[in-house]
Amino acid sequence: MSEERFTFTIDGVEIEAVAGQTIIQACDAAGVYIPRLCHHPDLEPAGHCRVCTCKIDGRRSSACAMPAAPGMSVESETAELNADRRTLIEMLFVEGNHFCPTCERSGDCELQALGYRLGLAAPTLPYLWQRRELDATHPDVAIDRNRCILCSRCIRASRMVDGKSVFGLERRGIGMRLNISAPTLGETALAAVDKAVHVCPVGCIVVKRSGFLTPPGRRRFDRAPIGAEIEARRHRAKESG
Amino acid sequence: MAGTDPEPPTDGPAAAAVVDAVVKRFGRDRFRLMDIVQAVQQRLGWLSDPTLSAIAASLGVPAVDVADMASFYAFLNRERKGRFHIRLSKSPVSLMQGAADVARAFAEAAGAAIGETSPDGDFTVEWTSDIGMADQEPSALINGAAFAALSPPAARAIVAALRRSAAANALPLFPGGDAQAAAAALAPLRSSLAQAGPILLQRGDGGEGLRAALRLAPAEIIAELTRSRLRGRGGAGFPTGLKWKLCRQSIGGGHPVVCNADEGEPGTFKDRVLLAETPDLVFDGMTIAGYALGARHGLLYLRGEYAHLWKSLHARLQDRRRLGLLGDKACGRAGFDFDIRIQLGAGAYICGEESALIESLEGKRGAPRDRPPFPTRRGYLRQPTVIDNVETFACVVRIMEHGAEEFARRGTRESTGTKLLSVSGDCPRPGVYEVDFGMTVNDLLDLVAAPEAAFVQVGGPSGQCVAPKDYGRRIAFEDLATAGAIMVFGPGRDVLEVARQFTEFFVDESCGWCTPCRVGTTLLRMNLEKILAGRGALADVAALEALGNTVARTSRCGLGQTAANPILSTLRNFPQAYEARLRPDPFLPRATLEEALAEAIEIRGRAPAAEEGA
Repeated sequence: MSEERFTFTIDGVEIEAVAGQTIIQACDAAGVYIPRLCHHPDLEPAGHCRVCTCKIDGRRSSACAMPAAPGMSVESETAELNADRRTLIEMLFVEGNHFCPTCERSGDCELQALGYRLGLAAPTLPYLWQRRELDATHPDVAIDRNRCILCSRCIRASRMVDGKSVFGLERRGIGMRLNISAPTLGETALAAVDKAVHVCPVGCIVVKRSGFLTPPGRRRFDRAPIGAEIEARRHRAKESG
Repeated sequence: MAGTDPEPPTDGPAAAAVVDAVVKRFGRDRFRLMDIVQAVQQRLGWLSDPTLSAIAASLGVPAVDVADMASFYAFLNRERKGRFHIRLSKSPVSLMQGAADVARAFAEAAGAAIGETSPDGDFTVEWTSDIGMADQEPSALINGAAFAALSPPAARAIVAALRRSAAANALPLFPGGDAQAAAAALAPLRSSLAQAGPILLQRGDGGEGLRAALRLAPAEIIAELTRSRLRGRGGAGFPTGLKWKLCRQSIGGGHPVVCNADEGEPGTFKDRVLLAETPDLVFDGMTIAGYALGARHGLLYLRGEYAHLWKSLHARLQDRRRLGLLGDKACGRAGFDFDIRIQLGAGAYICGEESALIESLEGKRGAPRDRPPFPTRRGYLRQPTVIDNVETFACVVRIMEHGAEEFARRGTRESTGTKLLSVSGDCPRPGVYEVDFGMTVNDLLDLVAAPEAAFVQVGGPSGQCVAPKDYGRRIAFEDLATAGAIMVFGPGRDVLEVARQFTEFFVDESCGWCTPCRVGTTLLRMNLEKILAGRGALADVAALEALGNTVARTSRCGLGQTAANPILSTLRNFPQAYEARLRPDPFLPRATLEEALAEAIEIRGRAPAAEEGA
């Protein structure tokens, strides 16, 4: 069975896509990186962070949720869109309580890495200093909601991949928080090997006794900026083509 | 009081039995979770963690799903509340008509600080977002019953009357008997109808529109609607004929018809008037849609604040079933099996957004969906769904009755027909007015006898703040598009204080799903408050505008996309109001040194010593 193939353009570059792909999936495959936070390639899109907002035929929409269509014209790397992305990243920094220098995920954190990639030098927005709960009752996993960006990756992974529904959202608006299925994390069915534990883009869900196995300076985004692994696909394709 | 009455069961075997009975009553259907949690709360007074776990276990769904939903809605109690739950309507209009004094009177009489429950367990006093009575503020809901035109003496009398009541349990959603009686005696609603127009609110409705529609083939009804150029009355203005056509073309099971009666925009109350005064007009419209789309199910999503209308609406539906207008072979048509169910909301402005409304109908948090697909392709229970505003359904009936040409003769090219406007604020004749589309703000202000207005908020917080220089503009989709909320502000009102209150409304009502709305609304409020506190520099205004634009550009749904409008439209139309508050300094910190140190000083018990020479 042959799949329906078509092309669209992003920032003037022609991309080949397969019917059913979202814009971000097609661009990832073609080696064009669109900044994103809540999207994860193994999970259904959720549209929380809005960092992947692109202009699609002149209208803004999130690239993670929008199906690719023949002849679409997508703008991504524009000054205005990147300025909005920078503000969104900054909002997440001031919403939570993020202390990069003491965070065990520093250098391996997608929020921090996007801050660097988008040129977020110093916050201009006021910090909210909200109270966020920690939970270290589980023998192997800890959650520190100070670092939670409410991306719902763990929620989606726990439900769809692990089949456990350990995580959920609760409340609304600025009071929204990550909830768990029991009074404490230790009482939930969570296991350290669960997908939900390993999709956290920040240092909210961490595996105990593993934080410094890779020393700072040799971590994922110490070696290359976020998105580089996707962009490398395009460079490889160019060289081989 | 609390000592003499038995405590309602909150967990343990009694609560478990309540949960089980309720879940069974709703067929163990997880999509009826809204009804289930409301019915359980009705019995138990509140929703404890064990109660939610019991509901989840009984339904066989994850506990986090039930907690997610139950923690989302303002009218679902996650903690124990008083026997009488007083919810005061908070909006610029209620506040300028004395709601703060009424709140103080309630709090003092009830012995409960605002936001808290009295020690005797009798009263909870809270603010809530606009309850749809802007023409008779200050207003409040007490156990769901509506109290209008309140004053401090009335508040004290109401508390005294309710204190004598023997009702053991708070009935926080459906109006309780004692609260209803007190409302009727001490703070009754008056009719909000100020001017009935030629189309919607004419008298002598006898179902002629419905009969005329049934004489047509479904496709002919849609063609007639298309000819009328009717556009959705909820504010977005999507062509109704096209919407119905798209839904009819979509492949799928039920094609349910949903009436959006989640009239949450502050300053709007025209749907309440339609539902209270001409409910059959609305049900006729839904039935026509059911016939045109081949639907079996109609759903009226009634905002939780309008629970006081539930009984009479429910009774009307029963009458219609008796008359054969609903049920199997509805209206005597073989093959047309159509019925309507009322789904009560639970306090969430976002549920007026159609995809959030569908999520809520399905028993989930009211978080909007990504589109595409649109509801006409995949809506309620993944079926192609038509969702229209209350007023739109009323228009459909009149178009069937009088014909598309007659309807389109009124209004403007882009906005045919008449529009119901909810007028409130500084004007001697607030209420619902039916006017032709295209009326200028000036003409409207003359009509409602408020020619002195200093500014007019058209379309509620998500709309525009219109300055006198623009009073020549027209109320129509092609100019000032609105679902009909008109708030009039007289000379001496502070336009930025109103903008601040509207911004706070969005902070309260953001669903939290997406970053720009969840965080951005709070940041907008903080940045505006900085300027209002006299600590704003010129750079703060630029930063406020940039932040507002980012929130507007990147938010996921209409709520976030319009949440910055109170700020952006006052920046555009009242720049002098901002300039008057700015300081000449190039930069001012958010807090003074004294404020920043206040907590530390309190902990240490002494102020820091001033530096030498300082």
